[in-house]
Amino acid sequence: MEGIATKPITKQLKLSGLEPLVITPESNFINVGERTNVAGSRKFLRLINEDKYDEALTIARHQVEGGAQIIDVNMDDGLIDGVQAMVKFLNLVMAEPDIARVPIMIDSSKWEIIEAGLQVVQGKCIVNSISLKEGEQTFIEQATLIKRYGAAVIIMAFDEKGQADTYERRIEIAKRSYELLVNIVQFPAEDIIFDLNIFPVATGMDEHRKNAINFIEATRWVKQNLPHCSISGGVSNVSFSFRGNNPVREAMHSVFLYHAIDAGMNIGIVNPALLEVYDNIPKDLLQRVEDVILDRRDDATERLLSFAETVKGTSKKQEVDLSWREQSLQEKITHALVKGIDTYIVADVEEARKSVSKPIMVIEGHLMTGMNVVGDLFGSGKMFLPQVVKSARVMKKAVAYLLPFIEDEKDGANDYAKGKILLATVKGDVHDIGKNIVGVVLACNNYEIIDLGVMVPPDKIISEAKKHNVDAIGLSGLITPSLDEMAFLASEMQRQNFTVPLLIGGATTSRIHTAVKIDTQYDNAVIHVNDASRAVTVVGDLLQKETAIDYKNNLKTEYASFRESFLKRQKTKTYLPLNEIRKNKFKIDWDTSEIVKPKELGVQTLENFDLSKLEAYIDWTPFFRSWDLHGKFPELLTDEVVGVQATELYNDAQEMLQKIFSEKILEGKAVFGLFEANTINDDDIQVSYSSEGKKETTYFRTLRQQSKKAKGRPNIALADFIAPKESKRQDYVGCFCVSAGFGAHEEAEKYRVALDDYNAIMIKALADRLAEAFAEYLHEKVRKEHWGYSKNETLTNEELIKETYKGIRPAPGYPACPDHLEKETIWQLLKVEESIGVQLTESLAMWPAASVSGYYFANPEARYFGVGKIKNDQVNDFAKRKNIPVEKAENWLKSNRADT
Amino acid sequence: MSTLVKVLEDRILILDGAMGTMLQQYNFSEEDFRGKRFKDFHISVKGNNDLLSLTQPQAIAEIHRKYFEAGADIVETNTFSSTTIAMADYEMEHLVYELNYESAKIAKTVAGEITKANPDKPRFVAGSIGPTNKTASMSPDVNDPGFRAISFDELRIAYKQQTEGLLDGGADILLVETVFDTLNAKAALFAIEEVKAERNSNVPIMVSGTITDASGRTLSGQTAEAFLISISHIPLLSVGFNCALGAEQLLPHLEVISKQTGAATSAHPNAGLPNAFGEYDQSPEEMASYIKEYLDKKLVNIVGGCCGTTPEHIKAIAAVASTYQPRLFSTMNNLQTA
Repeated sequence: MEGIATKPITKQLKLSGLEPLVITPESNFINVGERTNVAGSRKFLRLINEDKYDEALTIARHQVEGGAQIIDVNMDDGLIDGVQAMVKFLNLVMAEPDIARVPIMIDSSKWEIIEAGLQVVQGKCIVNSISLKEGEQTFIEQATLIKRYGAAVIIMAFDEKGQADTYERRIEIAKRSYELLVNIVQFPAEDIIFDLNIFPVATGMDEHRKNAINFIEATRWVKQNLPHCSISGGVSNVSFSFRGNNPVREAMHSVFLYHAIDAGMNIGIVNPALLEVYDNIPKDLLQRVEDVILDRRDDATERLLSFAETVKGTSKKQEVDLSWREQSLQEKITHALVKGIDTYIVADVEEARKSVSKPIMVIEGHLMTGMNVVGDLFGSGKMFLPQVVKSARVMKKAVAYLLPFIEDEKDGANDYAKGKILLATVKGDVHDIGKNIVGVVLACNNYEIIDLGVMVPPDKIISEAKKHNVDAIGLSGLITPSLDEMAFLASEMQRQNFTVPLLIGGATTSRIHTAVKIDTQYDNAVIHVNDASRAVTVVGDLLQKETAIDYKNNLKTEYASFRESFLKRQKTKTYLPLNEIRKNKFKIDWDTSEIVKPKELGVQTLENFDLSKLEAYIDWTPFFRSWDLHGKFPELLTDEVVGVQATELYNDAQEMLQKIFSEKILEGKAVFGLFEANTINDDDIQVSYSSEGKKETTYFRTLRQQSKKAKGRPNIALADFIAPKESKRQDYVGCFCVSAGFGAHEEAEKYRVALDDYNAIMIKALADRLAEAFAEYLHEKVRKEHWGYSKNETLTNEELIKETYKGIRPAPGYPACPDHLEKETIWQLLKVEESIGVQLTESLAMWPAASVSGYYFANPEARYFGVGKIKNDQVNDFAKRKNIPVEKAENWLKSNRADT
Repeated sequence: MSTLVKVLEDRILILDGAMGTMLQQYNFSEEDFRGKRFKDFHISVKGNNDLLSLTQPQAIAEIHRKYFEAGADIVETNTFSSTTIAMADYEMEHLVYELNYESAKIAKTVAGEITKANPDKPRFVAGSIGPTNKTASMSPDVNDPGFRAISFDELRIAYKQQTEGLLDGGADILLVETVFDTLNAKAALFAIEEVKAERNSNVPIMVSGTITDASGRTLSGQTAEAFLISISHIPLLSVGFNCALGAEQLLPHLEVISKQTGAATSAHPNAGLPNAFGEYDQSPEEMASYIKEYLDKKLVNIVGGCCGTTPEHIKAIAAVASTYQPRLFSTMNNLQTA
């Protein structure tokens, strides 16, 4: 029997913050503010990462003041605890009436983040999004809960078979979703919003020609046949193939919206800066764009492309515009440095040399004048890292040309430098991309860099620092054991009476770790610098005599108070004893849970792998991050601020990538194995394998979340995803190591010798991306073929990156299994070093650096999580299980220990 | 339940008045509050009005009876604070189920007797579900705006227990009232939906918000319309306002709700605004004259009283309401035949 229904006077989509938002057929297009989205705004991501919620709130406020009628909040980022960040941010938003007046769009691909968001907002939100991807049951369950929480919902046109990319599929999925929602869930039809997938047109591929018109026509069909619902979408996708050509993109957006709104689209995420007024589009462009959007002619794409060339042509001409060659010598040198053009630099420098009495004066005069312009532009955010690295390339060539002349005069080549900085990646660690970038940027700014490379032992750092009488030391590292190395080095510097500042950087380092663990070891300045752009100002402040003392004192006080507030905050977390958390494990119903026996048990090796197969699997977003360009790919390429730079970098990367593929510069190798396994004693995974015909056993020791959870939330360990022995069901586990790094170091050295840091950094950054892509590729092969538990999976690269597939591949040293020691078990089990040559350093970093290793878990319920902090009882137990001394376990688990 | 909807379509229904105001007249001592059962309880329980359902059930029954006799169609159970969260002040969390069960049973027994005496006018029991003493969308600490003293889940679990007790004890309606933080109310509605699904029950729900200031917002900052939108995802018998303001001040907000909702509407205002001593002294006649305005404007379907109101107030209101046709509202057709 039905409930007594509140029958609204009319069926309209009604939302609320502190104030109502009622969307009627007469409403204008509703624009959703999307800057409070870690995937869409690099600034927002940085603020959340740095715990600067006050500033993050300012972004939300600007959105609302700027006219956003809804704000989209998204915290999906690998490095962020999404649930915690979503709750914290929304709680703070609720305390700001000028922001909280508008409704919230809770945006996540993770259900737990969505649900956590729904639990803290009093108004009626929009959930963005759910779909039939995981089947009807999950869809119905989630929709039922969303209804119960009182939110509207965006439904992605996505089902078990994949994303809808034709008119028929869009309609089919929309209709099926709608009927389930309205008939089964009794979801109010007016609270349903469809995202019918906006895909690019004019890509040159025939199957994409109808992408826009299919969306528009599907929108029309949905509005006519599925009463009361709304239609939404992200508009900028449609013009993706014209990135870099804003006049055409703007026209495409306007034309698309004009027709989509006419068909019934009423909500969307549109960057207002990339939108031309429909009536202002020149007639010839309009006609060609409409031909493409509406697929009106067979040659529509070609016609728009050739027209776009003419629009682009004007800017192209400027690139080869040589008018700057007619300027004064200084202006020419400055131009070459700012634009990173090395074609004429030797000639220009030679001309300059002839004009001065001593060759050193060219460096101190002409070149420094130009580099100061670069420094100013970079400092004020008008130049970006890749450009600066290119400037450095020009500078190095110029200096290299001048050096023989300077040496002839016995003039002391480096007298011009502002100071000497020693840089090193610490013992046991092999990652140096960030360190190299910092080195280049500092060198550009007139510091002499002494780069000791990777895996540098502490005594060498100390002795080299003394030998060169350096003015500062910079340490870098990516893996967690490096954090201890850094702390140790700080204590050594203290013991040996150093006074120079210590700079800390690298992916695992953080301001908080620096403040709590490193700053306390050393009485002089210690500072965390995690992006190259800050390095210049920090070093400048530290080394300038007038400011140094104040700056250092301020730093010390700042870190002390930061440390204090952190330690205070820490105490609030409560932990449970090991026996209790084991009772609250993640429960899988082993009577019914799906277990698929791998098709191929045992170990397999892939050698001489064709890396070009990986191109489609590359996740570009981290690539740009390593160059200090933050934001989500591909949107980043059209970002208002960094779009042009990002596009240029992307083109250079593509060029290098093709070179890697065609000249086989890098070598890819992989080894993986699938084994029988069962969980024993709650936290250990017992693995059976055969070695030389004998059946052997080994164990993966897992760690369990120990902090007290909200009611109903489990304390997870990886072992929970494998059937326990008591279940009497044979389960399976896998592990792997892939590398795309063979050859990367050598190639980078070649570039470095040729004074080309830009490409030296590029090759390593690409090798890293290829290794990650390789891991993704191999995981897919394993899911579909070797293990074969997910034979029918069809996922796009974007979905792979979002990890929407079944099963997980956690890596030792990362949040789900923070213990690096487990790598040794994998190495023994797969004979990694013997079979493909990837080695482990003493800190258990992999060499070559561009390598990835991890486990495979296939259970449909397996998911990523963070172990977080653990107590001594678990550390002791872990040591016992692993049969290692407690001190060793304590040492390796240092960053995860709650009691220290 | 079909009877309830039928009656609601037929005439204006009268809700009872204040329970606390009536209990004050009994002047119960600490000993009375304790009764025999809690005579050795380790802390003071005086002021725990909900406990009186266990220790002075005859007084509670008597008050219900007086309101029915004054003309009320619906009385509220004595359970405004009967959640683990509100009972924590008295360390009586363990009694929550019993408090709700017994309170509902007392009201239901009285309602049964009165209905039996006059079957033409069936009487109903609304299980009173208060806001608790904590807020889920506001921080109690001005220096830490992101802090919350209570979570949605904690509220949901507490409300679920209360709902189960009320339904087992025989409540005909659930009344989520004095909503000052909409998120608390949403947790209550979530819990009720869970119970409904588990029991395949279709108990009608009334929601009544509280406008706390002259600008027309709830304590958690929502306008009347935003509040209405935020709770309309659940099928409601009625939506309205109670407490904080007198009938006169409540009128403009009631107009907003009445215009925007298709559900029935309710109002149970205080007997005016409190005087300098914190007492409510609006007379029954004066209050009824303001209620008459509601009726002239066809703003309400259910009307009663909150703080400071007595059976006399209810009698005066009932007398006025009896001469009016109810406001039109919509229900699904199958309800009327169910």
